[in-house]
Amino acid sequence: MRLELGIIKIKDVQFGDETIIEDSTLYVNKKELIALARQDDRLSEADVELARPGEEVRIIPVKDVIEPRVKVSGSGELFPGLVGKMGTVGSGRTNVLRGAAVATVGRIIGPQEGFIDMTGPGAQYSPFSQINNVVLVLHPIDGLDPHAYEEAMRLTGLRAAVYLGKACKDIAPDELEVYELSPVTDTTLPRVVYLSTLLSEGLLHDTWFYGVDAKKLLPTLLHPNEVMDGAIVSGNCVSACDKHTTYHHLNDSVIKELYRRHGKDLNFVGVIVTNLNVTLLDKERSTDYASKLVKLIGADGAIIAEEGFGNPDTDLMMLCKKMEEYGIKTVLITDEYAGQDGASQSLADAVPQADAVISVGNANEVVTLPPMKHIIGDLKSAEVISGGFVGSVTASGGLSVEIQTIMGSTCQLGFGKLTARGY
Amino acid sequence: MAQKKYRVVHYLNQFFAQIGGEEKANIPPLIKEGAVGPGIPLQQALGEEGEIVATMICGDNYFAENIEAAVEKVVESVSRYKPDVFVAGPAFTAGRYGIACGASCSAVSKKLGIPVVTAMYEENPALDLYRKEVYVIPTADSVRGMKEAIPKMSGFVRKLGLGQEIGLPQEEGYFPRGIRVNQFVGRTGAERAVDMLLSKLRGEPFQTEYPMPTFELVPASPAIRDLRSTTIALVTSGGIVPLGNPDRIEAASASKFAEYNIAGVDDLTPDAYQTCHGGYDPTYANDDPDRVLPLDAMRALEKDGTIGKLYDVYYVTVGNATSVANSQKFGKAIAEKLKAADVDGVILTST
Repeated sequence: MRLELGIIKIKDVQFGDETIIEDSTLYVNKKELIALARQDDRLSEADVELARPGEEVRIIPVKDVIEPRVKVSGSGELFPGLVGKMGTVGSGRTNVLRGAAVATVGRIIGPQEGFIDMTGPGAQYSPFSQINNVVLVLHPIDGLDPHAYEEAMRLTGLRAAVYLGKACKDIAPDELEVYELSPVTDTTLPRVVYLSTLLSEGLLHDTWFYGVDAKKLLPTLLHPNEVMDGAIVSGNCVSACDKHTTYHHLNDSVIKELYRRHGKDLNFVGVIVTNLNVTLLDKERSTDYASKLVKLIGADGAIIAEEGFGNPDTDLMMLCKKMEEYGIKTVLITDEYAGQDGASQSLADAVPQADAVISVGNANEVVTLPPMKHIIGDLKSAEVISGGFVGSVTASGGLSVEIQTIMGSTCQLGFGKLTARGY
Repeated sequence: MAQKKYRVVHYLNQFFAQIGGEEKANIPPLIKEGAVGPGIPLQQALGEEGEIVATMICGDNYFAENIEAAVEKVVESVSRYKPDVFVAGPAFTAGRYGIACGASCSAVSKKLGIPVVTAMYEENPALDLYRKEVYVIPTADSVRGMKEAIPKMSGFVRKLGLGQEIGLPQEEGYFPRGIRVNQFVGRTGAERAVDMLLSKLRGEPFQTEYPMPTFELVPASPAIRDLRSTTIALVTSGGIVPLGNPDRIEAASASKFAEYNIAGVDDLTPDAYQTCHGGYDPTYANDDPDRVLPLDAMRALEKDGTIGKLYDVYYVTVGNATSVANSQKFGKAIAEKLKAADVDGVILTST
């Protein structure tokens, strides 16, 4: 399976009469994009705004972020099983608008969304502060159930990413990234598998795999290219800091790093996706099954990335324990909830086998952020999103919030450079 | 022009201050100008940059028996000398002395905002009491370790006195305080993860970024054999509160719990109750709050005599992202209230 990503660099985004790319600028036909959003009759109103790196803009509350892409060749369509026709993705050519994203905004439940600052001290925490965002503000029709609003927003976001992606179908890419798990001849290299855990607790803690609700999955093996080509879609409304947006799945940093070292330091043998369900029965079944798969494919080591926190800490620890008992060496990636003072223990569960852990930061750390000139969305929701509190919006319109509220601040795919250290 | 010397106040017990042994352990706090006892080699080690301007002395028994008064006196006396650093001990294995060092440092740090450091042996009971608030430097288990302790303490006092940043415990040689601090580092989490895995696979040394905590296991109480004459309480971390969330419990990272009277209430209805818990779709909890706090079911059990009585008050907080430390604090406080009210059993519900 060989996947070519044709990278088209986007340095600016502007409204225009036509949705096209010229000189690294993405021009967006606002009318067409609004019309696309209005195709879903569960949405009453839609607006499009643009937010560029460095601008005094705060986007809140954000649900998902998606990188615009288009399949140029190869089987399947983007986001198969949801907005794309079913077919195995991960081969052929996919063009990517690198430096641009669709961000969906709307208050589905309140506590479960986050924000993006395009400048200021908040911007260092989010990868989305460094890219050009095409923001879709989507309002539901009266009386729409939250889960239906979530679905309308999720599908509209994906359609918008596909719509923008189409504009780069015939453009010669600035760079070509090639991903292929070429056979490794050096048999001494350790066989490494990547375990991607997908949040699937229900009640809007959902992830979609080839269109399947992840809570109904048994853990399964796949080629890393499938993840990079749209097999996994976020349906999550959970704490902003450590949910994996669709953008994160498309650009999975663990996959990229394992690819970079494939054939040199290790033999990257594949990806296993498993779910994070709520009942003990499901946890036992899924962690048993995932560990067994890792053993079956003869892996020596595994990187296990958590999504979410609290309840999923248990799945993370069960996976670690079961794999270590099979003799498979594990490294876990997790964030911490050590309290605002950093003095609490950080996880809801622990096993002694978890002796190799990457910490991507304490989500409870409080930051004070200045007001922004322009708000896309609704600033007041900062007081109800997870990690915000009454009084989070200061008199001047600034924010005093936990970094839990910032999109991707403690991404457990190891996307960023934040960590927490013990003092 | 010579740089201004940083000022240090040193705390000692009666023994190290050369006032006397156990027979003098009852002396109340007093302060002397200049360095005394171990303060003398400490002053030598500090050299020309810093000066021990005074030594605070207190008998170990006096301190242990009058801890509040002793701490108050220490803070008041120390403040008069306007030090840049407060240093206590070393206390080695001495428990009462260790507590006096820890409590003095903690109070001086909190009340006067002055950087503090003490030193003791790893098994001194004061270590776990104060390590989160105070830098504690490891020493040997007896006074024979004084010679090694002094340069370690003076190095640390110097750093504090000059206002230098204190690095990681393994770099600076203090007992880890268990405070997690966020930092941006040079490499992504994914890069660090692959490096760590390769080291682990090769059998090379590596350092985890988060050592696993040890959990306090709570033993289950013995089962209640006969519920018919019991009072049972409801406690929830699921955020069920009267409509409008009058105590403003946070949707995540709760800083408090609340209690509400449910005497005479048979059913939790959406016009009077709601959830304030973030992190999940509250539709079903709001439609029928009994789903999270099963009041209707408890009333039925009360009516048919399965239980004696449902306690008139329920306790509520939000579990979402709430730290273990806060949870322990709430749990303890709620348990004390329930115990005082002679409640026999509790049903805990979460989300």
